[in-house]
Amino acid sequence: MNDISQIIKETAEKIMEDLCTKQVVEDSELGILPRELWKTIVKSGMATVGVSEEAGGSGGSFADALTILRIAAKFSAPIPIAETLMANWVLSEAGLPLMEKPTTIASNNNGNKMMFIEISDGWTISGSAYDVPYARYAEAVVVIGNSQQGNMVAIVNPRACHIEHEQNLAGEARDHLYINNVHLQGEAVSRVREGNDNNLLYRGALIRAVQMTGALERILELSIAYSKERIQFGRPIAKFQAIQQQIAILAGEVSSAKTITNLAVKSFEAGNGEKQIMAAKIRVGEAASLGAPIAHQIHGAIGFTDEHSLQQSTRRLWSWRDEFGNESYWANKLGNEVLNTGPDYLWPFVTSMNSELVL
Amino acid sequence: MVKSLELETIQLSQKTEQVRHQVRNFLKEEMEAGTFIPQCDSWLSKWDPEFSRKLGQRGWLGMTWPKQYGGQERTALERYVVTEELLAFGSPVAAHWFADRQTGPLLLRYGNEKQKSEILPRIARGEVFFSIGLSEPNTGSDLASISTNARKIDGGWLLNGSKIWTSGAHRSHYMVTLCRTSTKTDNRHEGLSQLMVDMSSSGVSVRPIHLMTGEHHFNEVFLEDVFVPDDMVVGTIGDGWKQSMAELAFERSGPERFLSTFPLLVELIRVLQQETTNEGGFTAVGRLVARLTTLREMSLGVAGLLEQGVSPDITAALVKDLGTQFECQIAEVARLLVSSSTRVANSRFKSLLADAVLHSPGFTLRGGTTEILRGIIARGVGIR
Ligand SMILES: Cc1cc2nc3c(=O)[nH]c(=O)nc-3n(C[C@H](O)[C@H](O)[C@H](O)COP(=O)(O)OP(=O)(O)OC[C@H]3O[C@@H](n4cnc5c(N)ncnc54)[C@H](O)[C@@H]3O)c2cc1C
Repeated sequence: MNDISQIIKETAEKIMEDLCTKQVVEDSELGILPRELWKTIVKSGMATVGVSEEAGGSGGSFADALTILRIAAKFSAPIPIAETLMANWVLSEAGLPLMEKPTTIASNNNGNKMMFIEISDGWTISGSAYDVPYARYAEAVVVIGNSQQGNMVAIVNPRACHIEHEQNLAGEARDHLYINNVHLQGEAVSRVREGNDNNLLYRGALIRAVQMTGALERILELSIAYSKERIQFGRPIAKFQAIQQQIAILAGEVSSAKTITNLAVKSFEAGNGEKQIMAAKIRVGEAASLGAPIAHQIHGAIGFTDEHSLQQSTRRLWSWRDEFGNESYWANKLGNEVLNTGPDYLWPFVTSMNSELVL
Repeated sequence: MVKSLELETIQLSQKTEQVRHQVRNFLKEEMEAGTFIPQCDSWLSKWDPEFSRKLGQRGWLGMTWPKQYGGQERTALERYVVTEELLAFGSPVAAHWFADRQTGPLLLRYGNEKQKSEILPRIARGEVFFSIGLSEPNTGSDLASISTNARKIDGGWLLNGSKIWTSGAHRSHYMVTLCRTSTKTDNRHEGLSQLMVDMSSSGVSVRPIHLMTGEHHFNEVFLEDVFVPDDMVVGTIGDGWKQSMAELAFERSGPERFLSTFPLLVELIRVLQQETTNEGGFTAVGRLVARLTTLREMSLGVAGLLEQGVSPDITAALVKDLGTQFECQIAEVARLLVSSSTRVANSRFKSLLADAVLHSPGFTLRGGTTEILRGIIARGVGIR
């Protein structure tokens, strides 16, 4: 890790420790977006990491941005930082202005339909998108949709949209968003760079995988700490071999999740990393499904309450594993690719997973 | 995050990838020539001295050792790549496996000059094979409880006791034998030593123990007043525990801990490819490949740490725990996806599946059981 990466990581940790308390996460489920946390994140330049300074961003690599997201997720940060970062990458690639306000993305992935139609004095946009993260809090929606000229992107004012409140299992806003003939000037609309529409799904999957590793780290740390504190039968439950073995399994899931996402991040930076992202979303989803019940079992009844912060992480894990394609979705795709490649090329397929990184 | 669980992403060099392609081409040629048919668990059960010698001739045994001892001075990652190719092809590598993987490095680190200059070059040529004498009838996981012992006599040691589950003892030339060389004290790890037993010595007898498949692989080795000369002591008398533990680090995290049933996965894909309607098959295969990729990355990460001289006990235990579960999982997935009528028509699939199922109990026992590994991990994260 180079110096800048280290600074970004430490800064993010510090901000989260100071400002992303358990209370802040609880309040978010009552409809309060933590403005203070958001402002600090923006002031430190974290909303535009991964966009070069020449393009108006804060510089840093894509991997740095993902480090921020992992740390934010570890603290269950209830802010649209992932969405704003992703929006800014899309905007900068499309040559549109970057956003420092809370921003979300509505694309035509996942059965959504967004249509751009060119008219004499600009464009009109219509369509609907489901489970849009933080739409009700967003001050800008980056909309990506089809047109006769190819895929287009534009910034739309959420006040011009109809928004229905929905949420995921973690109480994070996942709203339905409807756009009906919103009119935009020509210069406010731009072409999506070739290939980048599909890319959004992969980026989203990678981002959720990275966020899950943050939450997994958290539940492992909580489980270790709790097992040392909680006394039953006259000793800390950590002394029971059954508990030790469960924590060992959880540790294996966390380590696996981190290792495969690291590979996916590196591969994405080096080229496109599609296969690696598929593998990461599958494996990390599995780790979430295996790890969360272990953490709950170790915590006993207290972990099942809203009082204890464990649920802030486990509910996120249960939600994120389903967002941007769950394990089955990606496993089917990856399996198809493997079967098309054929039995005699299975091993070369596996070893090619990190050959994009060859020195 | 618990620091000891972190692994770096390893970037292989061009040169390393070239080695891979040489090995891959060699293996394809050998397979086409009919030298071998890919088998599950071949590193334990497919013993072929001729094949081992061919690898030796190509410089693929003892790769990382100094040239003066018959090595090639290649990197640990180059060796890693060679071993993973050999295993992925299910090639017959059992004869040299222990010698190349652990005895060689053990001797390099602790052996005397005579051992190094006489034995290492022969291991690297694929001429001398080793077995590992740790377990005893009353000693399994609790290794420090061994009772095989050696008494000092003029010019050497007189060894008595017995070893069990000794893989390949009936065909190997030497056995590195952990034994007690002084009486037990409060510290059970003291007073243990490693002696290299020449299997042709008088007093050594080997009794076969057959696996449930009927294969002869295991043995019980009886040691009755076996004379072991002083210069066949490995390292220092009394340091046997420390030396054995260092040796085990080479053992736990290699590709043989997750590739033992890989040839079955290849065959599964061949079968599924012909059944275009098997939608569940795509998903199941996708999941296995995601898991395999993850394990390989972890194992490479550990290899990278070993190369830097770090001893990654916890992550090595993780690779072995998760990897051996995965080896069993391939068998289970294959079993559930392919109907018995398809198996009748595909004898190759059927026999690989049979091998994988019948060998699977061993995967999670050998080299430290699942439970023991999880204990190591628990200690590593600070709760034991
Ligand atoms: C295929 C194969 C090849 C082998 N090759 C060799 C070889 O070449 N040389 C050699 O020396 N040995 C060899 N072994 C032996 C192997 O090292 C032992 O099987 C292993 O160490 C376990 O010992 P055990 O079989 O006596 O089981 P035990 O130690 O008796 O264990 C039985 C069960 O009890 C559990 N258990 C034991 N202690 C604990 C504990 N503290 N906490 C929780 N659970 C516990 C174990 O996990 C296991 O489930 C081989 C084994 C196999 C299967």
